[in-house]
Amino acid sequence: MFTEEHKIFRQGLRDFLDKEVMPNIDKWEEEQKMPKDLWPKFGEMGYFGLNYPEKYGGMDADFMYSVVFMEEIAKCESGGFMILPAVQNYMSSPYIHKHGSEFLKEKYLTKVISGEWIASIGITEPGAGSDVVNIQTKAILEDGHYVVNGSKTFITNGFYGDFVVAVVKTNPELGAAGVSLLVIDLESEGITRTKLKKLGWHASDTAELHFDDVKVPVENIVGDEGQGFYYLMGGLQVERLTASVAGFASCEWALQYSMQYMSEREAFGRSINKFQVLRHRIAQLASEVEALKQFVYHCCREHAEGKYIVKECSMAKLLATELAEKVMTQCLQFFGGNGFMEDFKMARAYRDCRVGTIGGGSSEIMREIIAKMVIDDTSYQRAGSVSSSPTSTGSAQAKAKPVEAKKEEIITNSQTEKQPVMSFETIESAIKEKAAAAKPLGNSLKFNFGEQSVTLDGTGDANVVTVNDATEAQCTVDVTMEDLTAMLAGDLNPMNAFMGGKIKVKGDMSVAMKLGTIMG
Amino acid sequence: MSYFTEEHNQFRQSLRHFLNKEVVPNVDEWEKLGNPPRDIWKKFGDMGYFGLRFPEKYGGLNLDFFYDVIFLEELAKINSAGTSAALGAHSYLSLAHLNNEGSEEQKQKYLVPGIAGELFGCLAISEPGGGSDVASMRTTAVKDGSDWIISGSKTFITNGVLSDYLIISAKTEPELKSAGISMFVIDRNTKGLSATKLDKLGWRASDTAEIAFDEMRVPANALLGEENQGFYYIMQQFALERLIMAIGGVAGSEYALQYGLDYMREREAFGRPLTKFQELRHRVAQLAAEIEMQKQFVYHLCQRFTDNEYIVKEAAMAKLLATQLSDKVTFEVVQFLGGYGYMEDYQASRMWRDSRLGQIGGGTSEIMKEIIAKMMIDEIKYN
Repeated sequence: MFTEEHKIFRQGLRDFLDKEVMPNIDKWEEEQKMPKDLWPKFGEMGYFGLNYPEKYGGMDADFMYSVVFMEEIAKCESGGFMILPAVQNYMSSPYIHKHGSEFLKEKYLTKVISGEWIASIGITEPGAGSDVVNIQTKAILEDGHYVVNGSKTFITNGFYGDFVVAVVKTNPELGAAGVSLLVIDLESEGITRTKLKKLGWHASDTAELHFDDVKVPVENIVGDEGQGFYYLMGGLQVERLTASVAGFASCEWALQYSMQYMSEREAFGRSINKFQVLRHRIAQLASEVEALKQFVYHCCREHAEGKYIVKECSMAKLLATELAEKVMTQCLQFFGGNGFMEDFKMARAYRDCRVGTIGGGSSEIMREIIAKMVIDDTSYQRAGSVSSSPTSTGSAQAKAKPVEAKKEEIITNSQTEKQPVMSFETIESAIKEKAAAAKPLGNSLKFNFGEQSVTLDGTGDANVVTVNDATEAQCTVDVTMEDLTAMLAGDLNPMNAFMGGKIKVKGDMSVAMKLGTIMG
Repeated sequence: MSYFTEEHNQFRQSLRHFLNKEVVPNVDEWEKLGNPPRDIWKKFGDMGYFGLRFPEKYGGLNLDFFYDVIFLEELAKINSAGTSAALGAHSYLSLAHLNNEGSEEQKQKYLVPGIAGELFGCLAISEPGGGSDVASMRTTAVKDGSDWIISGSKTFITNGVLSDYLIISAKTEPELKSAGISMFVIDRNTKGLSATKLDKLGWRASDTAEIAFDEMRVPANALLGEENQGFYYIMQQFALERLIMAIGGVAGSEYALQYGLDYMREREAFGRPLTKFQELRHRVAQLAAEIEMQKQFVYHLCQRFTDNEYIVKEAAMAKLLATQLSDKVTFEVVQFLGGYGYMEDYQASRMWRDSRLGQIGGGTSEIMKEIIAKMMIDEIKYN
């Protein structure tokens, strides 16, 4: 399920969150805002591009890294915090990655991945949510640009964020076939943003967006006109899966947090974890969480293998968010009066989980989907293979082909431009140069090329570089000269090389996590 | 990813064919009779179904555990949990102990004909005064020369009246409590052994007995495994036993929901089939989701069991949840059928009453929670 690399990634992520996020959560919750300069740090670590191609700055890692990512951000004691990266990674930018033009990817996806820009997804309107076909926001082509009119509501990241992938009607006469996705800069003239007050998720900004004759460049259309509905249907599976992962992970956190409290809190002369009724309640909840977790993992594996699992994703989202409700309610009860106080984290967890069964398609919508599939034997197919009206499909395919071909050309070009492999001496001097520029590591690190090696000792005031030093370093990195050349040239991200198995790390893994700093 | 290969699927097909021919048409009669007839054991034996995972030298097929998963799943879909329990108790309780701790002589005498379906057995642990509280066991076995004299009683024993042999537990050193328990294999015709059939809520096609041992003399070679190792042997089989109940619980739920759904498609009210009513549709969706989740959890554990992993806690979790789910689903299916759900002409009523034993047998839900709580809260490990 999870490889050694995934585990190390989890540890690195946990350290990062403990340092950059956990000490500030209470403040962000209170101020109902998170600082903008936090997100480029996520970008630097690669957390906004886990599953995106390297050419846009992504890590090109497998989906299980995203599972790890969602689990850990869901254990930060704030649903408001958790939802920003979740929307950024899994609910908005995937549409640009999957269906967007090269222009959109260069302009928007790269900035999402670097954390410079925060993305949002605009589906729901004051008058329609999951009923996408009936949305009213219009984007009409006039004089070479779209003119957008209408409103969107409940938009996470919509107030402080930078752009929205908006669901609009480019052809209001048509139903599903008139729906398109349009990337709209939130700074555009004619947009009014209103921050909504809400029951929970306090660290997160939720906006109502009003569009009054907003001009949007024609190249901001995602994929083809009239295909938005199908793109959305395809994208919702990942959204539901990530919500399911966050669901069980937050339950695990709550149980752990409660068990800790129960081992310390005393009543009638013994710790309350000795009371049978509470013990059995823990056992029941823990069982349900474990079963859910294994089911969600199963769905994640199926998804990672490329299967289109609409029914299972809907089931997982339904069960995970409903279980979170149950777990938070019962865990708060374990805390008694303390559960009601903001000094403990249960109160927040309790209110934050409430949106789970509402957002991303309510429980009722999940049951509608499941019922259609289980009772009426309806089956849903991936966007692209859906048979829609002949006109839209025909033009979509005709337009899509040249873009596909172009993409492949670009990839080929970049591959031929690869740098020649450096000699050992050049590598040695390049490392020396990098080492001199970087802060002292605090540890020792050895690059092992088989016959030869370069050791970097950063335990003193400066990083001292030696060659073919027989002494063991705290951490040894087995790497080919070819891959190290690519890393030194900035063509290969060290984290990426690690995840892809191009480098093997022995000894203290935490030292290897600093490779990025050295490579500059 | 799938746990089942093409061979597994073919096995399921042929098993289903066999059950539809030999079992399903007869279960109503067996429910009235109170047990499956003698000849059915032989038919299962001839097909190799009792020896799926056992070594070939004893007539087994030496197959992986997922063949057993299929066997148990299909057995849960014949709509007679009593029949399934009778057949299952023989293979997964009595034969499991013989294979695990039996001597070569005992294996030749009981395991080989057991796998062949010529003899069938039962496992007798629970007593009128104590079930899962194994340490409180009162049945004793006292040495007399090389023989053992066994006295005491057992209850709720599936196949306890009709089986050819019995695997029983007794205290050989009562002062050592659970560390003083030993296992024995006893022939039905042993003097001093008597069994009374119990009448019960469901599982009507299986015989359930209260058994008395009145100074029953058995020879030294009746001892199964080593002396005073009984508690350990019982514990060793628990993960398997709980997984089996979890597999049955999920498959039974799946079968019940399918049965309910088939009915709802045909049945009309207010001019449309029941499957068109949103309230009922959402209940079906909720149950389908819970069943699917539980099924994947159990498969995951079966895989870990196959890989010889330590899954004591998880098996208890699965048993707890799957049997709870089965009660919930069968209750709802009776509701979906309305008045017909209460009638014996339809299968729902039997599903519901048969399901009720799940949360009681093989360690109650409360015992499962005790185990889980001890492992999670007190960080106790069981081996």
